[in-house]
Amino acid sequence: MYFSSITDLMYMDGHGPYVWGVYAVAALMLLAMVISPLMSQRQFFAIELQRQRRAQAAVNPSKEV
Amino acid sequence: MGSPRWYYPMAGAWLPWIGGLAAILLVVGSIWGLAFAPADFKQGNSYRIIFIHVPASFIALAGYYIMAIAGAISLIWKMKLADVVVKCAAPIGAAMTALALISGAVWGKPTWGTWWVWDARITSMLVLFFLYLGITALYQAFEREEQAAKACAVLALVGTVNIPIIYKSVDWWFTLHQPATLKLTESSSMHSSMWQPLLVMIAGFYVFYATVLLLHTRVEILRRERRSKWVQELVSASGRG
Repeated sequence: MYFSSITDLMYMDGHGPYVWGVYAVAALMLLAMVISPLMSQRQFFAIELQRQRRAQAAVNPSKEV
Repeated sequence: MGSPRWYYPMAGAWLPWIGGLAAILLVVGSIWGLAFAPADFKQGNSYRIIFIHVPASFIALAGYYIMAIAGAISLIWKMKLADVVVKCAAPIGAAMTALALISGAVWGKPTWGTWWVWDARITSMLVLFFLYLGITALYQAFEREEQAAKACAVLALVGTVNIPIIYKSVDWWFTLHQPATLKLTESSSMHSSMWQPLLVMIAGFYVFYATVLLLHTRVEILRRERRSKWVQELVSASGRG
């Protein structure tokens, strides 16, 4: 490692807040870019499944769904 | 080729591999750049922001090429998949451009003493950000999908004028932003202990971009094909499993 201790790595001669801040923002943004399509995909399947079941119940009302 | 029905499972099969590769490259590159690369003799440790700033800026521009080329394909050959790519590339590009601008602003503070300057490079990147946002908003403005596709493809193509301006801005106007460090034609002005982690991060961002574009396009395809038999079969299969 380039730094002599973890404290040095965090502090970075006073540049720590800038550097770590950018890495934190980047991590959050990249994570959000992955999570948002995964969530909308889940939502899509949930909504469509509900619609399918409702359509089935309309055709066959006696059957419990 | 290019049919949504073929694309959806193909993209799904690729996803775990390229997603895993992107994660490995980004984690290795970040640890290398943060803890193991030496400090810059002029800028000290603040230069470590380069490992986020340069890859994000590269993707912001490369994403625009991809979007504009997809726009051209969608206009000329009316390929549905190309239109899906235009629509999905716009918000991802906006996020990457925002990351480039934010990381640049934070880097500017300890290095130039200011968060923001109306420098040619920064201003043209801001224009790029608004182009991405404009295309995203234009999609919402149309009721009919074909009309939206046409308008957005045209806007994406017109916006390419901005790309050479961004590239050349640091040479045409001599302002605060430093010229490119990595060059293809001549040797780099950066020491190998610094550009090696940078290359890992750039590769990581490219693979990450591909992963995210696949994720977004898959959802968009599901939405557009929701009435088709193959999507409805997927839906009922998801209910069973």
